[in-house]
Amino acid sequence: MNKILLIIQREYITRVRKKAFIIMTLAVPALFAAMFAVISLVANQKDQTMHAVYVIDHTGGDFKDKFKDEAYIKFSYPNESADAAKKSLKSDDDLVLDIPANLKDTAQLFAKKKTTLSLSDRIQSEMNDIATGASMLKAGIDTVKLHKIKSNIHVKASEITEKGENSTNMASTYALSFAGAILIYMSLFIYGAQVMRGVIEEKTNRIIEVIVSSVKPFQLMMGKIIGVGLVGLTQFVLWISLSAGISYIVGGNTSPTNSALHSFLHNLGSNAGYELLCFLFYWITGFLFYSALFAAVGSAVDSETETQQFMFPITLPLLFTYILSVSYLFTVPDSPLSVWLSIIPLSSPVAMMMRIPYNVPGWQLGLSMALMVIGFIFTTYIAARIYRVGILMYGKKASYKELVKWFFYKE
Amino acid sequence: MLSIRNIVKQYAGHTALSDVSLEVESGQIFGLLGPNGAGKTSLIRIITQITAPDSGEIFFNGQKLDQSHIERMGYLPEERGLYKKMEIGEQMIYLARLKGLSRDEATKRLKVWFAKLGMETWWKMKIEELSKGMQQKAQFVATVLHEPDLIILDEPFSGFDPVNAEIIKNEILELNRKGTTILFSTHQMESVEELCDAIVLINKSKKILDGPIKDIKNTYRNDVYLVEYEGTQLSINGAAPFEVVEETAGDDNLQTVKVKLKAGSTSNDVLQYFIPKTRVNMLQEVIPSMNEIFIDKVSKIA
Repeated sequence: MNKILLIIQREYITRVRKKAFIIMTLAVPALFAAMFAVISLVANQKDQTMHAVYVIDHTGGDFKDKFKDEAYIKFSYPNESADAAKKSLKSDDDLVLDIPANLKDTAQLFAKKKTTLSLSDRIQSEMNDIATGASMLKAGIDTVKLHKIKSNIHVKASEITEKGENSTNMASTYALSFAGAILIYMSLFIYGAQVMRGVIEEKTNRIIEVIVSSVKPFQLMMGKIIGVGLVGLTQFVLWISLSAGISYIVGGNTSPTNSALHSFLHNLGSNAGYELLCFLFYWITGFLFYSALFAAVGSAVDSETETQQFMFPITLPLLFTYILSVSYLFTVPDSPLSVWLSIIPLSSPVAMMMRIPYNVPGWQLGLSMALMVIGFIFTTYIAARIYRVGILMYGKKASYKELVKWFFYKE
Repeated sequence: MLSIRNIVKQYAGHTALSDVSLEVESGQIFGLLGPNGAGKTSLIRIITQITAPDSGEIFFNGQKLDQSHIERMGYLPEERGLYKKMEIGEQMIYLARLKGLSRDEATKRLKVWFAKLGMETWWKMKIEELSKGMQQKAQFVATVLHEPDLIILDEPFSGFDPVNAEIIKNEILELNRKGTTILFSTHQMESVEELCDAIVLINKSKKILDGPIKDIKNTYRNDVYLVEYEGTQLSINGAAPFEVVEETAGDDNLQTVKVKLKAGSTSNDVLQYFIPKTRVNMLQEVIPSMNEIFIDKVSKIA
């Protein structure tokens, strides 16, 4: 037991000290911060220049005094021709709106500078409202009454649970579970491949025989898997805390525009804890499940280029689930295929994460988790039997038949 | 010290060891000989508990071999290597700790060894920065750092230049003088004759010869002598107490003849035959070298 700890320690420390690890750990929150900065910058960059809009109305007064002034847009209705108004424009940011007599013709907006899309959109939608109102008035409909009838509808999604109605913002929950699924998918590959590369390194270095004359191959394999797994967990913890720290600092400076993030975090509420626990469970068991297989593959080959033939069947189910997760699992989370994908250990770490926000029945979650635990014990057992023989086989290209033979070797 | 009894090891399709037994006495330098693929490495891997035998038993200092004995052994495999990216000092300490040494103790001993072999400046270096010979030296230190009772060396001198091979050989001899038992497998017959007290010869999974070198050589003495004399070549007839095996004319009026004693005669009879006729420069018993015994034994069985 003590020796496993030594191995875990070495695997962990040598990896955490690597430049690549430090760079990755800092780069991801930095990217996150940069993204965040850009978003809040964009949010803050609302058009703050003063626009004076001269409305030249050829319809005969339908639009006169109807446009609503805002802080940065002031409408005026001069009695002159469009050309004269154009000539008298003082500022570059001022505009002339030329409304034709027949509204079927295009209204035109003139300015010395290119007009921003948001500004012309705003004017267009307001013109439509005014024109509709004018038409209704002409048809004898009282627009004041109409406005009273028309209500402003917002949909608020609430789940009915045994404890009562639990209002949640589904978007936040989906986003979190989706991010979790992607993170599991990617890290199974990234860290699984690290385990595999570590095994190949020991084999090609020929240090393996020295090590296995001191410890059991199983201890070495588990030490490596756990060591790499802890590296992965360390990275997540650092990413999350660094990102949270950065967003807190950035958020503190520009608090009013960051209410989106705050409401996001707030809306997650109790669900976040549940999802985080599921994420950790599926990440750890998924990692143990797959990295044992990766270790077995590493033991069977002499170099990384030879791993292809064995990698394919391991990665295929994951890739399949990943591709399905966006297009299928998310839209029909309760179909039989979705349910089975989230129960079978090969695909369940990704598939179940996708289904988590849809209140998965307890028995499905329980079955999936139990199978996951049985699954990783099973793959670890198989992998260890292949590994103990494979690591001592040099220069022999292994086939599947060979692997089966290795599995049945006595010690 | 090490008692190996009736070891059988089979891999799918072929037998690596069939019923091999041998005894290694405490304090011996024991040679494990055999052609490639004879089963030497399989036997070593069983002793070091990397693999287990199908049947048979091994006793280490009178106790049945178990996990606790691993820390009493040091193993330098033929296929050797170290972590390329890890600093030497740290790596040696790690390997010693896997053998049950504490960090402090490993550091202390390592400093002694590094000073002894002129490796002090290597501590912070990475393996990939060292030459092959330097790596071998480091690996040797890693093998003996935990002061094992039994050191197992698989082809220890391959990859060493003559200077370093000599240094390592002397270190092995010194450890042996201090009481360490050494088991080493090799193809180099000169080093066997020079170092070993006893050997075992394995061929095609079977033990074909074992015992102290002296005894083995004695059993291979077959009354052949080499005689060197001056003057012209003598014609030797049937009355001589020996038969001529081979005659060669040397330079400067020197003649050499290889003779085999007839039954009942001794080397003195040979001298008495030559002395009246010529002046004898040398009479020497021809004892087969381990190399000859090795080739003889192996080719007879093949």
